[in-house]
Amino acid sequence: MTEKEAHITIRDLTMAYGDFILMRDLTFTINQGDIFIVMGGSGCGKSTLMTILIGLKAPAKGKVFYGEVDFWGADQETRDRIIRRAGVMYQSGALWSSMTLAENIALPLETYTNLSPGQIREVVKLKLALVGMAGFEEFYPSEISGGMQKRAGIARAMALDPEILFFDEPSAGLDPVSARRLDDLILELRESLGTTMVVVTHELASIFAIGNNSVFLDVSIRTMTATGNPNQLLAETRDPNLLQFLTRGEKR
Amino acid sequence: MAARGEITMEQTAADTLKVVLSGHWKLGGELPGADKVLQMLERGPGVRHVVFDTRELTHWDTGLLTFLLNVQAFCTQQQIRLNRDGLPPGARRLLELASAVPEKKDARHTEGRVSFLTYLGNQTVDFFRSAGEMLEFLGDTVIAALQLIRGKAQYRRSDLGLIIQAVGVQALPIVSLICFLVGLILAFIGAIQLKLFGAQIYVADLVGIAMVRLMAAIMTGIVMAGRTGGAFAAQLGTMQVNQEIDALRTSGISPMEFLVLPRMLALALMMPLLCLYANVMGILGGMVVGVWMLDIGFIQYYNETVAAVGLWNLGIGLFSGLVFGVIVALAGCMRGMQCGRSASAVGDAATSAVVTAIVGIIVSTAVITILCNFLGI
Repeated sequence: MTEKEAHITIRDLTMAYGDFILMRDLTFTINQGDIFIVMGGSGCGKSTLMTILIGLKAPAKGKVFYGEVDFWGADQETRDRIIRRAGVMYQSGALWSSMTLAENIALPLETYTNLSPGQIREVVKLKLALVGMAGFEEFYPSEISGGMQKRAGIARAMALDPEILFFDEPSAGLDPVSARRLDDLILELRESLGTTMVVVTHELASIFAIGNNSVFLDVSIRTMTATGNPNQLLAETRDPNLLQFLTRGEKR
Repeated sequence: MAARGEITMEQTAADTLKVVLSGHWKLGGELPGADKVLQMLERGPGVRHVVFDTRELTHWDTGLLTFLLNVQAFCTQQQIRLNRDGLPPGARRLLELASAVPEKKDARHTEGRVSFLTYLGNQTVDFFRSAGEMLEFLGDTVIAALQLIRGKAQYRRSDLGLIIQAVGVQALPIVSLICFLVGLILAFIGAIQLKLFGAQIYVADLVGIAMVRLMAAIMTGIVMAGRTGGAFAAQLGTMQVNQEIDALRTSGISPMEFLVLPRMLALALMMPLLCLYANVMGILGGMVVGVWMLDIGFIQYYNETVAAVGLWNLGIGLFSGLVFGVIVALAGCMRGMQCGRSASAVGDAATSAVVTAIVGIIVSTAVITILCNFLGI
């Protein structure tokens, strides 16, 4: 897999709720195999950007390309097909509460593959083990803690070995060790399977540890002000808002 | 596509098994199970080491990892050393990650069959516990009501107004429809019998008394149980799921006063009014049948109804309405407050609220009827 192949291209994107414009003129590229960080202060539209990328909300203006395909210009069927190759981890896990964790992870597998029940069980076991939750198959989401729900949500997102994984605030609410293991997992999946990762977060430790590309959404001027490797941005930026963000407000 | 994974095994030394993996190890393709290796390890005389050779492996994903996880679990159990060096680096690291946190064994749910006696016992205990909870909730409500009478209850007047609107005005269309039709049906059924005696005019008595004394209240109560009781339960249940009720408690606001009281008050105020309205609609329904089908004059039907329906009947009907309103509100709020913390629990709460309310309505109708009989009303 060549490193610099564009996976998702965003061009002149404007996000809005009715008349209220959240962000305008977003143009950036997420490359194949990137760990791409979407960062910005609270309420800047990070999560909204993700809902646009995963096909839940149409942009007010602009285009999103998956490879060569115009995502929002295509019909629903094409969009569904593209999104089937993506995995999404929602902010609070969004596990289906009437199913056990095993059933949660098995559902996409049962729907989209023709694996035998035995194989599905093994895959479920592996995915849970990968997020450090081996042995929790028979639990219901309401019986485990918030952090565990989150990790189980990641296991479900990974179920189909997607080409691209979206994470909404993955390490918020996790203890430091689990958060670190999660970072390792994200890095490892990218290394070994070449999965593209889009991570919406404002956890600085994670941003610098895993991100090799990023976009910064500046809430004060309602557009993006920088894109690139976060470590490099920290070293080179002159933008006070971005610097303040990347240093927890210590430099400006 | 030759999407096949292959396994060959050879014993390179007396205690070492070399597993050669080759081809395309992707999920969904044809993959050999781990059983072959496990059998070999079981039969193999004293294999203490397992090594891998994956130079011929072209593609892999989860399919390979589940296989390795199986082999690894078996090896750990049999105290066989598993050498991961021959694996692709990515697979090796993912495998390490997967085994970084040991499997939680004691956490597994017991899935034994419960004997009938145990089941019966559990159900009985549950029944008494839920009866106790019901009494407790009733007690809390009474306390909240007393606070209200003393003028100390904390709730927002605007909330009360909104709830009154939702359970009162907005319920009018469905109550109109249902009660009009019930009046119509009663008249039809009565007419068939009464026509035999040429006593059609008594259809007015039948419909009037039945609607005013009983049917209007019951039908309105059941409509409200489905419409409002379920809504209350779902609303409070969702608040429970979102910890909003906890937030009220920690802010020093009693959820009983803030959430339950206005709902109860709204239904207790609106139900008698709705009943009154339902009476009119029911009688209207009967009148339609009387005037158009049985050729009873409009004035005649009206006079007959006025003569038949006494004030006591109306009083009993409105009192029933009040009782049903309190029951629907109680059932809805109680199930909502007892709700668990998941989406399916909210569904259960709504269902249970409607069932509880309807059972309550029917039982209390029976009690009121028997009481009236004793008192000779």
